[in-house]
Amino acid sequence: MGRARMAENKKSSQVLQGNEACAMGALAGGITFFAGYPITPSSEIAELMSQCLPLAGGRFIQMEDEIASMAAIIGASLAGAKVMTATSGPGFSLMQENLGFAMLAEVPCILINVQRAGPSTGLPTQPAQGDVQQTRWGTHGDHSIIALAPSTVLECFEMTIECANLAERYRTPVVLLLDEVIGHMRETVVLPEPSSYEIVSREEPASGLAEYCPFECDAERLAPMAAFGGEYRFHVTGLTHDRHGFPTMVPSEVDSKIRGIVDKIEDRADELSDLEEFATEDADVLLFAYGSTARVAKSSVRALRENGVKAGLIRAKTIWPFSTRRLKELAERLSLVVVPEMNLGQLVIEVERAVCGKVAVRPLGRVDGHLFEPDEISEFVMKEIGR
Amino acid sequence: MSEAIETARTYLRPSKKLPTVWCGGCGLGIILSAMIRAIARVGVEKNDVAVVSGIGCTGRMPTYVDFNTLHTTHGRALAFATGIKLARPSLTVIAAMGDGDALAIGGNHFIHACRRNIDMTAIVANNSIYGMTGGQYSPTTPHGKRGTTAPYGNVEHAFDVASLAAGAGATFVARSSVYHARELDRLFEKAIRHKGFSVVEAVTNCYTSYGRLNNHASPVEMLRWMKENSVPFAAAAKMDPEELEGKFTRGVIVDRELPEFIESYDEQASALAENPVAVEQVGNILRRFDAAAERLNPKSG
Repeated sequence: MGRARMAENKKSSQVLQGNEACAMGALAGGITFFAGYPITPSSEIAELMSQCLPLAGGRFIQMEDEIASMAAIIGASLAGAKVMTATSGPGFSLMQENLGFAMLAEVPCILINVQRAGPSTGLPTQPAQGDVQQTRWGTHGDHSIIALAPSTVLECFEMTIECANLAERYRTPVVLLLDEVIGHMRETVVLPEPSSYEIVSREEPASGLAEYCPFECDAERLAPMAAFGGEYRFHVTGLTHDRHGFPTMVPSEVDSKIRGIVDKIEDRADELSDLEEFATEDADVLLFAYGSTARVAKSSVRALRENGVKAGLIRAKTIWPFSTRRLKELAERLSLVVVPEMNLGQLVIEVERAVCGKVAVRPLGRVDGHLFEPDEISEFVMKEIGR
Repeated sequence: MSEAIETARTYLRPSKKLPTVWCGGCGLGIILSAMIRAIARVGVEKNDVAVVSGIGCTGRMPTYVDFNTLHTTHGRALAFATGIKLARPSLTVIAAMGDGDALAIGGNHFIHACRRNIDMTAIVANNSIYGMTGGQYSPTTPHGKRGTTAPYGNVEHAFDVASLAAGAGATFVARSSVYHARELDRLFEKAIRHKGFSVVEAVTNCYTSYGRLNNHASPVEMLRWMKENSVPFAAAAKMDPEELEGKFTRGVIVDRELPEFIESYDEQASALAENPVAVEQVGNILRRFDAAAERLNPKSG
């Protein structure tokens, strides 16, 4: 690195916490409304939003619970705002109800879940990755979701912007899955210049249409989204609805609605997938990890290689929709996949599904409220391969 | 009559959405018509009105009216409405809820909405029963009255909706009944015009469930009960508690001024923009981001 560049970086670098970086990413991404309810380890996000939004021309409100927080952001999104909430496990459980509403009513919003150990009140506030399947399946009925998982403070910033963009582009809720370690970890970061990232806003309908159909959506194309208080009046409901937004029980309309909200995400699984690969070129043993666990797994890969094991790592930055493409390719030449997670085996289910039995997949779970140690993962691999 | 037809043509959604899902003899249609008469008198444009509801018979109300309409989850209407109003304060926001919706599953949202004083109107259609699910007892079913889940009579005690709203801090509280349809629309009008959070309890009848379970002869007899067992608030103040036993009071119960949430929030934001320390602290964060920096100075924006 050149001297000038170093000096420039020194000037613009700052020490930030993951949660702070999320709030700053939200502001950078154009979020103008935040509703939330206090819960450790996510509260710093709400605190920073409450401090900044009044000066950013937006509004903040602390609601009476997480159910109301989710409801308020959906209402604000329908009125045209870019919206966000943040919570942790117990609050995430309460948000499932209206998360499902936002999926069916196709309302853009982002939800940051700084995961802590559960179930129930659990282990406040030690880290966990126990909400991975709840993110996918927590609300009732058939649906789909987009969820991203950062491993660094910089990614907390970048991925919050990305979540806002995805929510706006696909008219859907998007979840950012941190864990307590990522939320509270501090790193020196140089935030990217605004010109270096894209900001997406929802497509609005053209003016003067004879008829505006707010839900003329299918997997391929989504209807533009008008805001309450604009040119078009329309109806939004949590009942299964037709293209006008009115309740329907016509089987063909119901079928296309439900398939539409699922397929618009699942059909894009490969396109939305963001995987970071480390030492996978010649890998024989693959670690598949995300969040803070992936940081540890990277050290484990180095240690294994020092011991002559050709290990590699896939770090999943996109958790949902789960793309099977790369795992299917690698399965042909791997002898073992190990999935360390701070839960008793959640994303490993998807990995197993992806490789179709072509390679052994072993879960490695930890649920005692502590991070993996690098040795713990590498020793597990050594044992599995009989060395 | 022609005025009524014109109001209906203006505010009800044309085609497909009528008739309503409500049973013959249900009071909800009277509440809906009182609501649109009130909106017509306030004179607000249809594009500038949002009507929000939760789940239940009253939850279907927004479907029929030609505004920005939102039919939400059970009990959450006011929480969704809060987001709409904060994101777009120019909208006149009305939440229509039944007694079970507003006060049981939505009770927490209700009291906190009363406390916050955001400029919105809550209409609570109180028929003392869960109608849509078939007649289970609700938080406003009187002691001793029957529901399908209180087959031997309700052993619980009812909320007094208006007193609850007043106690929780609502700055405008009123009550009337579907028998007093004209009084109801004038109270709705006052509530909509009120700057702050307003609550109107509309006592109504569910003949199909509550009426039949509790030996009422007909929907008309239930309306007659409202006529004979309600007392204007001013008159009630001069009556003994014994005389008021089993009756409900009507009229404006609370009408007071208190700083409104959005006004207070925006005043604070304007003051912050003039405060060099705040601008220094927060501005250093925001200035980096184009999207936020454009809005940094509310005055220029």
